[in-house]
Amino acid sequence: MSMNKTILIRPIFMDNPIALQILGVCSALAVTTSLTVTLVMCVALTAVCAFSNLFISLIRNHMPSSIRIIIQMTIIASLVILVDQILKAFAYEISKQLSVFVGLIITNCIVMGRAEAFAMKNPPVPSFIDGIGNGLGYSLVLIVVGTLRELFGSGSLLGYTILPVVTDGGWYQPNGLMLLAPSAFFIIGFFIWVLRNKHAAQIEKNEFEMAPHTAGKGAH
Amino acid sequence: MSSNVNSVKNTIKVALGLCVVCSIVISSAAVILKPMQTANMILDRNKNILIAAGLFDPNVNTNADVASMFEEFTPKMVHLDEGRYLTSEEMQQLGLNPETYDQQRARNDPALSGALSGADDVAGVRRRARFATVYVIEDNRGGYESVVIPVSGYGLWGIMYGYLALESDGNTVRGLGFYDHQETPGLGGEISNPRWLAQWPGKQIYENDSDIRFRVVKGGGQGDYQVDGLAGATLTSRGVENMIAFWLGELGFAPYLRNEVRGG
Repeated sequence: MSMNKTILIRPIFMDNPIALQILGVCSALAVTTSLTVTLVMCVALTAVCAFSNLFISLIRNHMPSSIRIIIQMTIIASLVILVDQILKAFAYEISKQLSVFVGLIITNCIVMGRAEAFAMKNPPVPSFIDGIGNGLGYSLVLIVVGTLRELFGSGSLLGYTILPVVTDGGWYQPNGLMLLAPSAFFIIGFFIWVLRNKHAAQIEKNEFEMAPHTAGKGAH
Repeated sequence: MSSNVNSVKNTIKVALGLCVVCSIVISSAAVILKPMQTANMILDRNKNILIAAGLFDPNVNTNADVASMFEEFTPKMVHLDEGRYLTSEEMQQLGLNPETYDQQRARNDPALSGALSGADDVAGVRRRARFATVYVIEDNRGGYESVVIPVSGYGLWGIMYGYLALESDGNTVRGLGFYDHQETPGLGGEISNPRWLAQWPGKQIYENDSDIRFRVVKGGGQGDYQVDGLAGATLTSRGVENMIAFWLGELGFAPYLRNEVRGG
């Protein structure tokens, strides 16, 4: 049990897929302008990641290694189409806002990465939990980014006004940068900085050392 | 064990089995959820007609209001070539109903549509249905308050479908809304952004009641005949401009607007 708990908790802070492994950053930039959309994306990715891990782990002993990746992709793609269909039926407007990004979960490195790195070697239950854990790790970063971007970009959270903006007669001048993709880079950067300050073990060693400047000798 | 798993026979068996299972799951999900998805699409389309006509405010109204608000419209069928309404006998003869008529499907039906030649096909729609459903709001004096016409045109990746609402003069834009398009999210996809669409109301289409002067201009948007194009989406902006030029031109609704709206 404690083993499963570790599998669940570890990817959230200690081994966060976005902050430490720098995977799945693309969708973290694209769908975080409003918190509602962000939350739906988090649920969708967590579900896909957990179930793809489960199914891949279930058939891992029968998987011919030559078509291993193709089988993983087929399972992931089927799950993503399923999620997309369900969203279109039950949350049409959000599915329109997410547009291609639901489909792009197929190419999200976190899902594929966990399938190959974890589910191929572990039994179904821990694999399922690992999928949820990594989904939560992804969700944590997205929710932080989404909250900051919607709050400072549009002065609202989940569509409810928190900071009344100037155009509606309030006092808050919204920060337009927050609505653009680069702001997500800055926020993720700060997130990683805070996390690595707390857990120093996550700081990577420099791959090379900068040589000092050579002292000038002056012209002859 | 491992050599057995990796044998050619097993590889084919696993591949086939997986494909069958996955396709059954996906196709049954698609079939079961289809009615709900269609209902959502119609709701979304009707909502866009309301938004184009300026009746629906997303901050105030909810999806539950769409059905009751939609009753303000009278759907009517227009004969595009002759620029007039179809009579009820004609509709019966053709088996058409303004409320259920699907212009996108009719476009591919040779009995109801015709191909466009290259020079005529400004909007890149290839074929055009001969009939269209328009939604009119009648005022209490027997005239029109507004007419909402369906428009479509090729953007960057595919055909964009929307509705354009005009004032009773058949010239001033009341609003525009897109309900289906494949443009790049964040760039061309901004055509459905309310902030971009907000600059449309009040713009004029025709100069001297006949020449189309309306343009989508990059870095422009001044004056009565221009809206500002979308940054980073030149082809989409051009597609929107072509769409307006086509559907308000002689092959589109120009004869209808002349005969029924401005004249009548």
